Amino acid sequence: MDNIIELRDVSMRFNMSKERVDSIKEYLIKLAKRQLQFEEFYALKNINLSIKPGEVVGIVGLNGSGKSTMLKVISGILKPSAGTARVNGSISPLIELGAGFDFDLTARENVFLNGSVLGFSKQTMTEKMDEIIDFAELRDFMDVAIKNYSSGMVARLGFSIATITHPDILIVDEILSVGDFLFQQKCEKRIADMMSGGTTVIIVSHSLAQIERLCNRVIWLSKGNIIMDGPTTEVCEKYKLTAGQAAE
Amino acid sequence: MKKIISAVLLIAALSGGAAAGYFIPEEFSIEFMLICVMGALLAAGIILFLLFYAKGVSQTAEGFKKYRYLLGNLISRDLKVKYRRSFLGFLWSILNPLLMALVINAVFSRIFRFEIDYFIVYYLSGSLIFNFMVEATSGSLTSVINASSLIKKVYIPKYIFPLEKCLFAFVNMLFSSVALIVVILIVRMPVHLTAFLFFFPMLCTLVFSLGLSLILSSVNVFFRDVGHLYSVWTVAWMYLTPVIYPAEALPEKFAPIMHMNPMYHYVTYFRDVIMYGRIPDLNAHLICVLFALVFLAAGLAIFKKQQDRFILYI
Repeated sequence: MDNIIELRDVSMRFNMSKERVDSIKEYLIKLAKRQLQFEEFYALKNINLSIKPGEVVGIVGLNGSGKSTMLKVISGILKPSAGTARVNGSISPLIELGAGFDFDLTARENVFLNGSVLGFSKQTMTEKMDEIIDFAELRDFMDVAIKNYSSGMVARLGFSIATITHPDILIVDEILSVGDFLFQQKCEKRIADMMSGGTTVIIVSHSLAQIERLCNRVIWLSKGNIIMDGPTTEVCEKYKLTAGQAAE
Repeated sequence: MKKIISAVLLIAALSGGAAAGYFIPEEFSIEFMLICVMGALLAAGIILFLLFYAKGVSQTAEGFKKYRYLLGNLISRDLKVKYRRSFLGFLWSILNPLLMALVINAVFSRIFRFEIDYFIVYYLSGSLIFNFMVEATSGSLTSVINASSLIKKVYIPKYIFPLEKCLFAFVNMLFSSVALIVVILIVRMPVHLTAFLFFFPMLCTLVFSLGLSLILSSVNVFFRDVGHLYSVWTVAWMYLTPVIYPAEALPEKFAPIMHMNPMYHYVTYFRDVIMYGRIPDLNAHLICVLFALVFLAAGLAIFKKQQDRFILYI
């Protein structure tokens, strides 16, 4: 079977300038003084990775190991500085819930706006409106500007919009930690439903329990390299062991 | 290799165009020269495009199809945000230019007297086109930076943002043209059939503004100075364009500069068909279209080259 996601020799380099150079004057002065030196920083180093349709992949690693960068490369937000990233299928990125909400507009208006950010037509969103409202449990608040929402309400609305259609790939970055535990359970159930419907899922989480519950494959990243890639139990055990040692 | 071919082709186009413009006509005409140079540049641009980038087109078209709803939604969001909490709402798009025209009319028909019939129509028609361009480009200037929260979190083709600001300004201009119609009716200016050509300068200005917007919005990501400089430049630009004063009021030696100014051609074309019942000649049409296309091509090239680096700077 063809791979749905394929990363080949992907590297992501950032130039960390010590100070930001934002104006022409500064730029010219720095250029004249030959101070325009950047410190290069590789967030990902020669990553090779292929994921087959229907796999549920967890990504673990300490802070700054390149997890989020990898998700951003897969979802096309970042273009890798070297190598190629190929994706065959539609992606629903849950990198941050409610990206593209306009806080001055009402929730109902935001459903259409956010839907179109994800590439859905107005018609699709009208059809799914009831389902979205019910899942987010916000029926009484749909015509309120969302600047008056609590952060949990915003997250609920964002999650229920992003998961309303069945994408080929669902990318989840650390977002299941929002909302109360009832809503978290609901989210997990929905992700499980999508998984059984054949959606490929990539999850980043610091909660190993969550990863063990959901994933059938785990990738362990450290400082931009893949340390281990394999079945959930194996990788998680090894990861826990090493992380435990590092803590001591 | 690509760079060498591009440089050679562009230089050849420029010199070829300039030579054609200089030698062929019996007497030197700046208009003809402009047409030759821009035509040659455009031809070079098209050849470069066919050589290097033609294969990406179908993908871009598919992307646009998917995100056209976003374009519509962003425009309607901008409209909602602009008029929310104002009592008269959309009427302001009409009232604002109308009141502005009254002020300018009061100042310029009493204090500085220009020999222009229907001065208020003259001013309003010029400012309609010019302000549309200013609104479109200054809106676009910060459009990419302002969309940073979106660009960092989801994939969206980035040209959507300047394009949206230009279309938003276009919609606003259409509202504002009601003010022009009202004034024409009030002062009982005779209207000619040529007025139906009004859409031509509007569309050319739209394409021109889009090209300029693409350049400005991408450069502004890297150097925020552009934003500060641009607001000063638009003031200077307005005085370089016959919006308030008649074109003849300018000394003869400024004529070549005036002809280099695309807005001069758009404003003049618009007035010719609306006020004077004239259909401009072929040269005027060519200049209008060429300015628009050359800027669009340059804008697309610059934007495409820089867009992947935006996210690292916003």
